[in-house]
Amino acid sequence: MAGAQTHRLDKGGLIDRSASLNFRFDGKTFSGFQGDTLASALIANGVKLVGRSFKYHRPRGILTSGSEEPNALVELRTGARREPNTKATTAELYEGLEAASQNRWPSLRHDVMSVNQLFAPIFVAGFYYKTFMWPAKFWEAIYEPAIRRAAGLGRAAGVADPDHYDKAWAHCDVLIAGSGPAGLAAALAAGRSGARVILCEEDFTLGGRLLSDGGTIDGLPVAEWLSRTLAELAAMPDVRIMTRTTLFGVYDGGTYGAIERVNDHLPSPPEHQVRQRLWRIVARRCVVAAGALERPIVFAGNDTPGVMMASAMRTYIARYAAAPAKRIALFTNNEDGWRTVEAALGAGLQIAAVIDARPDVSAAYRSLASKGGFPVLHGSVSGVEGGKDGVRKIAVSLTGGARAEVEADGLAVSGGWNPAVGLTSYHRGRPKWRDDIAAFVPDGAPPGMVAAGAANGDFGLGACLSQGFAAGAAAAHDAGHNGKAGTAPVADDEAFSLTPLWHVAGKGKAFVDYQHDVTASDIELAQREGFESVEHLKRYTTLGMATDQGKTSNVAGLAIMAAVSGRSIPETGTTIYRPPYVPVAIGAFAGHHRDETFHATRLTPSHHWAAEQGAVFVDTGLWKRAQWYPRAGEKDWLESVTREVKAVRGGVGFCDVSTLGKIDVHGRDAGAFLDRVYINTFSNLAVGKARYGLMLREDGIVYDDGTTSRLAEDHYFLTTTTAKAGLVMQHLEFCRQVLFPELDVQLTSVSDQWAQFSIAGPKTRDLLKEIVDPAEDLSNEGFPFMGAREVALRGGIKARLFRISFSGEMAFEISVPARFGDAMARNLMLAGAPFGVTPYGTEALGVMRVEKGHVAGPELNGTTTAADLGLGKMMSTKKDYIGRVMAGREALVAPDRQVVVGIKPTDKARRLRSGAHIIPKGQIPGPGNDQGYVTSVCFSPTLDQWIGLGLVERGRERIGEVVHAHDPLRGEDYDVELCNPVFYDPDGGRQRG
Amino acid sequence: MRIVCPFCGERELGEFTYLGDAKPVRPVAGASEDEVFDYVYLRDNVAGATSEYWYHGGGCRAWLKVARNTLTHEISSVEPALGAGAARVGA
Repeated sequence: MAGAQTHRLDKGGLIDRSASLNFRFDGKTFSGFQGDTLASALIANGVKLVGRSFKYHRPRGILTSGSEEPNALVELRTGARREPNTKATTAELYEGLEAASQNRWPSLRHDVMSVNQLFAPIFVAGFYYKTFMWPAKFWEAIYEPAIRRAAGLGRAAGVADPDHYDKAWAHCDVLIAGSGPAGLAAALAAGRSGARVILCEEDFTLGGRLLSDGGTIDGLPVAEWLSRTLAELAAMPDVRIMTRTTLFGVYDGGTYGAIERVNDHLPSPPEHQVRQRLWRIVARRCVVAAGALERPIVFAGNDTPGVMMASAMRTYIARYAAAPAKRIALFTNNEDGWRTVEAALGAGLQIAAVIDARPDVSAAYRSLASKGGFPVLHGSVSGVEGGKDGVRKIAVSLTGGARAEVEADGLAVSGGWNPAVGLTSYHRGRPKWRDDIAAFVPDGAPPGMVAAGAANGDFGLGACLSQGFAAGAAAAHDAGHNGKAGTAPVADDEAFSLTPLWHVAGKGKAFVDYQHDVTASDIELAQREGFESVEHLKRYTTLGMATDQGKTSNVAGLAIMAAVSGRSIPETGTTIYRPPYVPVAIGAFAGHHRDETFHATRLTPSHHWAAEQGAVFVDTGLWKRAQWYPRAGEKDWLESVTREVKAVRGGVGFCDVSTLGKIDVHGRDAGAFLDRVYINTFSNLAVGKARYGLMLREDGIVYDDGTTSRLAEDHYFLTTTTAKAGLVMQHLEFCRQVLFPELDVQLTSVSDQWAQFSIAGPKTRDLLKEIVDPAEDLSNEGFPFMGAREVALRGGIKARLFRISFSGEMAFEISVPARFGDAMARNLMLAGAPFGVTPYGTEALGVMRVEKGHVAGPELNGTTTAADLGLGKMMSTKKDYIGRVMAGREALVAPDRQVVVGIKPTDKARRLRSGAHIIPKGQIPGPGNDQGYVTSVCFSPTLDQWIGLGLVERGRERIGEVVHAHDPLRGEDYDVELCNPVFYDPDGGRQRG
Repeated sequence: MRIVCPFCGERELGEFTYLGDAKPVRPVAGASEDEVFDYVYLRDNVAGATSEYWYHGGGCRAWLKVARNTLTHEISSVEPALGAGAARVGA
């Protein structure tokens, strides 16, 4: 049964007491209410110890009530959904929530690693770097394992995330970060002006400080003003309010990143829903009303559970009706801290004392103290007595030197407020120092962005409202909307007076960065060791480098650095601010781009037919291509592929080659254009003919190859490799638009418009006659090798027919509009049945091209020249073309280059593997005598042995030479013979037949 | 980052592909190896105003010449790159 909520206040708060929720923390069951965070529910149950610190394993409690929390990190949920380093202060309570504390063993209360505190001297600033100066053996044996075990945060789930994440775009005129008084006022003004508004609030409830601080706006209690304002905004169709959404980054051109925690407040997302959604929001203007963060004061024992930010304490009291302590002391250096005293007294809690570091306290608060019967001590907190059960006693150094002690079970601390300058500083804007509030305020915000209210250093409620309203109206106006904004909401400003105080000298550890366990003495040490630049300080001490990015620690760290180095705080400066403002799960950035939807999938026109045939598919780029078509009884892929090759060479087969890039080139200068992009000439190609072409990059290296046909005087049909289809189109458009604008030529990508099949084998013509209109002449005279023209099919469909051969057999490629691709495959099977037609996949295609010595991807590898591929003679000397000059460079025409050659093992039974290195026979393999490598291999059914192609130094001059194949990766060494790369039908009689 | 395509309007970065410096002009046919070498390889690494080629492959397939400041990422103009790299006889 759940324990009693011993620290729940009897009344008040924005919690639903009718909705009780059970949850577990470290295995113990508690209860809370709807509207609680995990932190507020723990507080309501009197739990003070929630975690152990990073290095020293010190007991830690809850410090804040927001996303800046450095201490109260937990592992939320269990199993595959376990999420480490979740802030208890922002985790919404739900029925059945399970959380566990982190970085402790065997338990939170008895953590053996807390002995680290005894070794504290070795964990000082830069300790990690210093260990590198110790003997290597010591590092490996003792130090590294010890650090790994001792230091750390939560544990990752260790298994795949079962949830889905989404990515979405949104567009608006005015984007607003924060729904406090400034953000709501900005939304009112912008919305009334007619602008499209998006307001992002990271909390699950709108209102910001209005939910905790009370006050009066337009003569109404804030709660009433808030509900009236939200109703007005909800009625505006162009105002979109997004709760549980944190604006985390600012990118170029008015693009913002936001993370929406869609279903993090539930045990698991409902079916078909995502856990989180990553938003990219494009906004003309942005108003940052992200508020300010209260900052701690650094004093000994300031990390004792029960020490809490003053504003957080009043938030827990006022918003959650949960009492962090029953007898509270306040340590403040400013007027605002006193509001916690008012809240605590209002809730019937006891005030032990107020320790105020200022010389004077306002008359109003002085009288509050006398009425409340608690002392006001002028001075500072110099130490805290207590431990894992929380604060017991507070040591005070009084102004003038005397000492005092205060008994309390909670200490509220206010060191002033730091505007949230993250978003405004992400374009390298450097915040500027304002003496009156002793804080950095935004400066140099990205274009279109402005900060308002507390985020701009103006903390008063009245100032927040008027500044927010003005910023919202101006943003709408700048975005072109000039509707009547009406009048700004009005409220009084609270008094604000502050005497800067960053660090109180004292005995014991005084923490600056709670999450990374960086103390004031670490900063002093870093300064003594010469790390005076803030960027060095940060990296040497790791100050501000934890998951909270130093939201509560950075400014105090700078202030201490400034003090020890004798400079002012603005002279010391800030480090560079970088997004994200809060940690964002990698899963959210990936969105649906994981597993089978990692990238788009392209299916060939005959895909579904091939799947029906039981084809095995292979991923080639985005494409799924049929790799082979296994038949019952075949024991492995090799048996299937061998059968397919033999069927083609002995009869007829077909293969879907639609993945090739296809480009229609139209225009009077189409031929001249092709002459400039290919090394060979196309302007003299006869209409009705096809030609193999090779393109270079401008640096002289081969870019792509393919056949291009001339279908009409001013119309060529160009094909590219599958891999380069998009890139060649881009390259050709560059040539056309940027380099050769004088040519009358147009390019149209038609890759997706045509389904293309290769039909190959001695019975190809027999099969084609069944498909093609009988009036078409397919004889060797009527349609000779390298012929290309449009033909009619039986039934009237127009097709493009090309007599080209990749397999070396008598072959055609036929293109039909893509919508007929499926029907074409089925018809080829039907019409080809009498001839034993066999569909073949990319493996058989590859086998036949290797047997034929045709180069492909492994040879067109970005390092080879046309001559390397044995195609040097194609390089025209009569014209300029892309890459011509650079291809003539000395190293690219050197006689000892590695060139394409055939390779076969001397032992016919031996398997050849691609990647094996070629070493001269009789030499010991090494980088000095490495003469190339095997690029492509296959088992050749035709030659009944493994064969391959390779790039080998002077390969063509060494035909017949036996060399050594060295394959250290697979531990193989064997002899191979260099041979003519055209293993099959070297004079080409079959393809011309 | 967003680019205002002169044909399609303002579009998101993902629709575009970056190529590089739009300053070099392709040497005329018959140019020396040194001239072509400079064209192919030599680029300034500018901190400040540059002009560069972007391809609107996710849209109209136009090659664009974008004037951008590498320090601020501010884009000051976008125009079609028509003939921007064309050899200029006598240049």
